[in-house]
Amino acid sequence: MSLRASLIAALAVASSLAIAPAAPAVAAAPAVAAAPASAVVVSAPAADPVTPEVASVPVGPEPDGTAVRLDVSVWPQASGKHPVVLLAHGFGGSKDSVTDQANALHDRGYVVVAWSARGHGASGGKIHLNDPAYEIADARTLLDLAAKRSDVELDAPGDPRAGVMGGSYGGALGLMLAGVDPRVDGVVSAITWNDLADAFFPQAAVTTAPTTAAGRAPIATPGPFKQVWATNFFLSANRGGGASGGSSAPAATGTSSCGRFDPTLCRLFVQASESGTASPELLALLHAHSPKPTMAKVTAPTLLVQGIADSLFGLDQADANAQALAASRTPYAVRWSDGGHDGPSSHEADETEASYQWLDHYVRDKAPHDGPLPTAAFTYGIPATRSGQPSTLTTLPAYPGLSGGRLVTRELPLTTTEGALVHPPGGQPASLIAVPGLAALGISLSTYQIAALPGQSTALDTQPIAEATTVVGSPVMRFTVTSDSPDVTLFASVWRVTGGSVTLTNPLVAPVRLEVTPGRPTPVTISLPGATYELPAGTRWRVLLTSTESTYANSRVPSRIRITDASALTLPVAVGTSVGGAVAGGLDTEAVIALALLGVLLLVALGGWLVRRRRRRHLPARPDLADIPLVVEGLVKTYSDGHRAVDDVSWRAEKGQVVGLLGPNGAGKTTTMRMVMGLIGSDAGSVHVLGEEVQAGSPVLGRVGALIEGPGFLPHLTGRQNLEAYWAATGRATEDAHFDEALDVAALGGAVDRPVKSYSQGMRQRLGIAQAMLGLPELLILDEPTNGLDPPQIAAMRPILRRYAETGRTVVISSHMLAEVEMTCTHVVVMHAGRVITAGLVADLVDSDDTTIVDLPEHVDHHALAAAVHALEASEGITEVRVDTPTRLVVVADRGRADVVAAAVAAGLPVVGVSSRRHLEEVFLGVISSATAPGEPIEPGDEGASLVERLRQVRAR
Amino acid sequence: MSETPRPGSREVSEHAPGEALLDVMEPAGATPSGPITRVHSPLSWRAEVRRQWGRRRTTWAFGLLLALPLVLVGSFFFGERSSNSNRGGASSRIFDLAQDGAANFSLVLVFLASELLLVLLAALFCGDAVPSEASWASLRYLLVAPVQRARLLTSKLVVGVGSTLLATVLLPAWGLLVGGIFYGWDPLTNPLGENLTWGQFLPRLVLAMAYIFITLLPIAAIAFWLGTRSDAPLAAVGGAVLVSILLNILDQLDALDPYRNAFPGHYSRAWQDALAVTPDYSDMLHGALWSLVWAVAFTMLAYRRFRRSDILS
Repeated sequence: MSLRASLIAALAVASSLAIAPAAPAVAAAPAVAAAPASAVVVSAPAADPVTPEVASVPVGPEPDGTAVRLDVSVWPQASGKHPVVLLAHGFGGSKDSVTDQANALHDRGYVVVAWSARGHGASGGKIHLNDPAYEIADARTLLDLAAKRSDVELDAPGDPRAGVMGGSYGGALGLMLAGVDPRVDGVVSAITWNDLADAFFPQAAVTTAPTTAAGRAPIATPGPFKQVWATNFFLSANRGGGASGGSSAPAATGTSSCGRFDPTLCRLFVQASESGTASPELLALLHAHSPKPTMAKVTAPTLLVQGIADSLFGLDQADANAQALAASRTPYAVRWSDGGHDGPSSHEADETEASYQWLDHYVRDKAPHDGPLPTAAFTYGIPATRSGQPSTLTTLPAYPGLSGGRLVTRELPLTTTEGALVHPPGGQPASLIAVPGLAALGISLSTYQIAALPGQSTALDTQPIAEATTVVGSPVMRFTVTSDSPDVTLFASVWRVTGGSVTLTNPLVAPVRLEVTPGRPTPVTISLPGATYELPAGTRWRVLLTSTESTYANSRVPSRIRITDASALTLPVAVGTSVGGAVAGGLDTEAVIALALLGVLLLVALGGWLVRRRRRRHLPARPDLADIPLVVEGLVKTYSDGHRAVDDVSWRAEKGQVVGLLGPNGAGKTTTMRMVMGLIGSDAGSVHVLGEEVQAGSPVLGRVGALIEGPGFLPHLTGRQNLEAYWAATGRATEDAHFDEALDVAALGGAVDRPVKSYSQGMRQRLGIAQAMLGLPELLILDEPTNGLDPPQIAAMRPILRRYAETGRTVVISSHMLAEVEMTCTHVVVMHAGRVITAGLVADLVDSDDTTIVDLPEHVDHHALAAAVHALEASEGITEVRVDTPTRLVVVADRGRADVVAAAVAAGLPVVGVSSRRHLEEVFLGVISSATAPGEPIEPGDEGASLVERLRQVRAR
Repeated sequence: MSETPRPGSREVSEHAPGEALLDVMEPAGATPSGPITRVHSPLSWRAEVRRQWGRRRTTWAFGLLLALPLVLVGSFFFGERSSNSNRGGASSRIFDLAQDGAANFSLVLVFLASELLLVLLAALFCGDAVPSEASWASLRYLLVAPVQRARLLTSKLVVGVGSTLLATVLLPAWGLLVGGIFYGWDPLTNPLGENLTWGQFLPRLVLAMAYIFITLLPIAAIAFWLGTRSDAPLAAVGGAVLVSILLNILDQLDALDPYRNAFPGHYSRAWQDALAVTPDYSDMLHGALWSLVWAVAFTMLAYRRFRRSDILS
């Protein structure tokens, strides 16, 4: 049993035992007293028809003459005539315990009468344990009351169409009422007794082998006293007495320890607890307070629900009731639940529904008694293979051994047929097997050590069973007992032995008490605990006989007991029809929900895939750009933090060009490169390679080789393996790669066969360039290719790139190494702050004859300078004058350099030096400063200083 | 050869680096626009397997898996066998039976490994695939090779899930072999005490392992999705394991009944149902369906994320 299930079970047991709720309803009693009729409606239903009418009904007085009134609720029906159901509660409960069932029955069209039994809840009187003269008579009074109601259907004057339903204490009441009052038309009786004496003094030693599944015909000797359960009863009633101490029955009798128990009953119970044996007076009283004496007179069709998890009223009690009903040919059905007084049923809803159907069929619909039953004659649960799972409901057309049902048995021979055990002096320590609390706490599975106390127990093992078997009912065995004491008590329990473990599938014991002649072997037949047992093939059973059991009153006298000649087990077996439903297969709600979700997700995925496939087919191609290796048009990229890294960038690289992409840090070079390769998406603009638009993973990227922001290799592979792995990822043929030639570019020598993780940065960089050149792509994009390379390596790389482009391919290099770009590139694109500032032939930019640099001294007056520059601009042949730095002017002119200098001097500029533009660095700094200076600072707020700083950074590279 | 810088004079000597490349390139330059022919699809599964195979983490993972039965045998050898211990709980009974034979031994192995080891391996194989490439900076080179984003994910996922499947298959198979060698070839006695013949047991074991594999998929998918969001392999693997632990904790709360049934991992032990003589497959059905729901959902999230994301690693 799982922890969760056991906790629930613990709660259920607590509530079924505990529980007379404090009696708040006594305040209603004075108002009732003035009522003229036998019953007085205190609170009539107003708008809500489900609100029960509460009444205080006078019933027969207590033996001492005290008047008793019952607290009754009636769920009336608004119109028409309706059958009535008396709804009885369990021991320790009250009419409030059955409110849910009452509402359900009311909704099915019944007038429902629920009441707190005598000595319970707000009712007066003492508990007589279903005394025919008191509790049963009370119920008859309620039938009389029902017959007088205007909304109750009558079979005859004074005879309402009535059913009785209840569990445990209420279940016995139903059977006993039906036994004495023929007005009852249908009974549902759950987890209750046939003979209360047998329930409290159970005797598993039988006179004859049973003819029914759980039949047990005990020998005359009463069994050992079921002490723990009796005490639980006693305590719960005692608590109830304390709660109602101030009610109509004052606690003046002096037997306050008996609480609300009838004093006679109380005294007998206390005596039994002291002695551990049954007095004849108590036995007679318990016999009388049972359905057994009147069972033969029951003619109302009866549904018997009995629990397997019930160490109080076992299956044998229901079996006895069923035998009586079968004998009188009263329609009946038996249902074995896997719940009971020890735990909840796993099919509680099914059982409740079956109960209602039974009442509907026989009470409401007045079905003939010789017709078919509304439910299977016998329903039982096969325990689930896994804990916490509901049992599998199974049905048979007849109860085995009754009404034409055949009792099928199978023998299971023993391998151990004898053993010896002692009964300890004082009865301590006692074996723990069927402690209700323990069972409820889920400790039932592995209690073998505390059950089989050494010396105090003997184990009789069976042979492994040949084929899987379901045992339904009580197995029977015979053995011979020899003892040195006249009073022998044994407790038999059934364990399953598998592998190294011994488990108790049902925490039940079969108690045996024998009166024997000391020393003389006495044969005995015992009925083992009734239940349903699954026996997989190959399983062995162990019948454990213990001399003590902690839930029973154990004798204090020591004895030695010898068991011999144990017979084979006789197992009642059955193969029923399993009641399908959710358990047997098919899809339950949860599976349907999950399937639906799965379906929706897959549909969404499929839809998305189809949409994307369509969209991909409609990519626009630009045939007009088919001959141009790379065209970048209007690229814009703003990162999620709001930084616009690339702003309307357009440039192109033609065949045979080596294009240098220049720019200071943060100019947007790498972002542009990544957009060119489809690694990041652009917000606007497009990239076309050979006329095909580039998006993430565009096939045309196969014509591009790239090194972006440093190389990336699998560190555990060698240089060669890395290139091969990369090439394998492209899916192209190995011979297209030209591995050896590319590795020759990397010039790694023997290091190609070492793992890349051992490489220096320069080696990785060269390998990265080699990887970009694999397959001789038509467009080679190298981002900072000279990073980590030493000057000779850079020098070696230079002709390679140039000659690469000379074959009609294109190389794009981004670099900070301006001199390097100048020497390698044919064209240059200068970016700054996300924009393209200038682009063109390197030769045009560097070797322009029309540009003259004029150096000025420091601290020239700003205004004077501005005026002079203005004047120079106005001179003939001067096309442009740019203030590069405060001490340097760039003059573009059609005229020769000498004329330019003359014009500058004429314009009033204090010229201290003149030079022609020689290096790309000058161009670069010039265009950047001119892009930034005229009112377009990168970061507003700090102009001159930051610009100088930036330039210094650039120059430092 | 060590990385010695080439002297500048070598540049003009008989062989300069790159000369060979330029030699083969010259004729190619005549037809630069020839169509690109592919012999495989980009990043074929085989190519991806080769990328993953030989990685130390792969070797370690499988090494650990193969060592586990031997460690078990060793610890059983040292520990005394307690044949009649009934400490309670289904797990202890599984262990009591461990040395009964190959079938029981492999069952114990599966029981042990399914709780954490296989979960970890699934998270590792699927969560590590993408971010490891990102952390090596090789992801961008795969993407410009070019490999389509979805294709890259599919290859990574197939190989990751395939590795998980291999581990799931290898574990009981190796356990059967080791168990058979050390404890004999007795058929299964399950914790309920039922005996299954080899003919019954083997198909059930296959079913149980298939179920375990399916229940691993949500964690694999979560790890995979986290891997597309993060460049750190540890974040993806650890994140997925963390999620599975958190869900396990939430799964303990009765207050979440019945919604917790939908948690991945709620039915993670339902595979034991398959080993009863009369198996009840309803929990396995639920578990498998919910697992597929989560696996598909997170896989979709991963694709959605990766298809649109900017690769900045």
